Amino acid sequence: MSAVTTPAHQASGGVNVKVINRIVIYGLLALFALFYLMPLFVMLVTSFKTMDEIQNGNMLALPKAPTFDPWLKAWGETCVGLTCAGIKGYFWNSIKMVVPAVLISTMLGALNGYVLTKWRFRGATLVFGLMLFACFIPFQSVLLPMATILGSLGRFGVTLQNSVGTSFGLGNPTVNLVFVHVVYGIGFTTLFFRNYYEAFPTELVKAAQVDGASFFQIFRRIMLPNSMPIFVVTVIYQFTNIWNDFLFASAYAGTGDAMPMTVALNNVVNTSTGVVEYNVNMAAAMIAALPTLLVYVLAGRYFVRGLMAGAVKG
Amino acid sequence: MSTVATSQIKLTPEHARPRASVRSRLQDALPKIVLAPSFGITIVFVYGFILWTIYLSFTNSKTFPSYVLTGSRAYQRLWGWTFDTDPPSSWYTSITNMGIFGFLYIAICLALGLFLAILLDQKIRGEGVLRPIYLYPMALSFIVTGVAWKWFLDPGLGLEQTLHQWGWTSFHFDWIKNKDFVIYTVVIAGVWQASGFIMAMFLAGLRGIDGEIMKAAQIDGATTFQLYRRIVIPLLRPIFLSAFIVLAHLAIKSYDLVVALTSGGPGGSAWLPSNFMYEYTFKRNEMAVGSASAVIMLMTIVAIIVPYLYSELREKPR
Repeated sequence: MSAVTTPAHQASGGVNVKVINRIVIYGLLALFALFYLMPLFVMLVTSFKTMDEIQNGNMLALPKAPTFDPWLKAWGETCVGLTCAGIKGYFWNSIKMVVPAVLISTMLGALNGYVLTKWRFRGATLVFGLMLFACFIPFQSVLLPMATILGSLGRFGVTLQNSVGTSFGLGNPTVNLVFVHVVYGIGFTTLFFRNYYEAFPTELVKAAQVDGASFFQIFRRIMLPNSMPIFVVTVIYQFTNIWNDFLFASAYAGTGDAMPMTVALNNVVNTSTGVVEYNVNMAAAMIAALPTLLVYVLAGRYFVRGLMAGAVKG
Repeated sequence: MSTVATSQIKLTPEHARPRASVRSRLQDALPKIVLAPSFGITIVFVYGFILWTIYLSFTNSKTFPSYVLTGSRAYQRLWGWTFDTDPPSSWYTSITNMGIFGFLYIAICLALGLFLAILLDQKIRGEGVLRPIYLYPMALSFIVTGVAWKWFLDPGLGLEQTLHQWGWTSFHFDWIKNKDFVIYTVVIAGVWQASGFIMAMFLAGLRGIDGEIMKAAQIDGATTFQLYRRIVIPLLRPIFLSAFIVLAHLAIKSYDLVVALTSGGPGGSAWLPSNFMYEYTFKRNEMAVGSASAVIMLMTIVAIIVPYLYSELREKPR
């Protein structure tokens, strides 16, 4: 849509009106930009200040003597609950959870989308509808049964450990979270790929079939090479969602060494023992935010597309 | 699909039929076999678990699940608490907060999102810089958002303190510590996070409007205001619907933000139903009541989402 210009009959003295209009518009836009940037700015400058400067200085002032210590302390020394070894371990926990969960859920989504669009069968829409609705449920409605099941699997894992010598990952909180995120992420990934493959020319698939290509050959040779954009969108979407998750993380790995980053951050900030070190808290928050922010900066376009695809189905 | 499969069978030479039939039947079933695990997982872990939760809500489970049905006692208690206003019960606080938060969050995000989108659509230089600035909070975790705003709104450290230093000593802003106002701070942080995304949705909608319609209206002498009120905004109705669905769904699921921003607020005064559910299920050993509250949350979502999904999936029958 083209921008609205002042109608011709208002043009008497129009230049001034126009200039004022532009100033007002730019002023408002700048004001809102400040509103959105402010918390990040405050977080960032605070993370580079000494505690002394925080208590006596102004929140918005730039650090007088920027120090990297709060970041180092947040990474390697700060206390999460009773353990004082920084958040680095929890950062890696998140990575160990996110990478497999994203890869598995994305691959399953790609296959599901392929089946649902190119190998349609009776009831395919119903199947898709049921999977799609799963994206929207409040996870509180499955939280408790999942906790019960994970608890049983954990006990089974201990039994296995004692009898066979390995628990096959049963009862490992990170494995549990990967499983949970795959289960509740499939709906989204299927949605993304289904909508993308819907627009993919079915003739190509049919032609390959006539030539005798198998189900998986078509997927590997024809669909996958043409799916790069939607892979990027899905991976980014899943990465952001799983990295940022707090509910599952706190319910199934809320204590102990396996906590993901979000839970650890919440614990750091709400630890009430001793002096509250705001600069360390802010540095920890920045570290927790960096991976997703980085993805956003590098691939913002795909990030937005993922959000949109999740919001407005095609 | 099925036509393709049959034609494929016809292509197979007649004498090869007996051997190929098992294989070709397998080939035919392969797509369903591939889809089956995902579908099965969804049926068990989503729908099965929902039924499980519903079942638990009709028991008297406390710390551990109990599977003896004891009727609708949990719901009766929630219902009783709904009117328990003096002092307000946790449930009363949670649903009242949900009403306040849900309404303001959705309304402000829609209004602000549309407003920003319209401003950005005025051939703005630097749009490429501004858009990502408005949108980046959506990439952050609610926990990070909560931590940032907790600091910003803290009376002793944040905004209030800063304005005092600048000389406005009478400025007073302690909502985050005030049990009657703490829910509004959740609204502020929530709007900060999601409004940029709503802006992006509206902007995409605006860019999709046919420029000819606008030109025609301008030639007919419509003012800018009239143009937007009478033509543009009605054309954006589908975006309003999608944005509403997204926001309603985000609002009902909101849990982390309350935890990180307010730790539940003074005396649980910032709780939403999601916090209520978590606390009652995992901390207060009232599993049946927690489950009942989860069922109520789910039903609210169902009432909003199901009609929407139904119309979306039905519109394009294939």
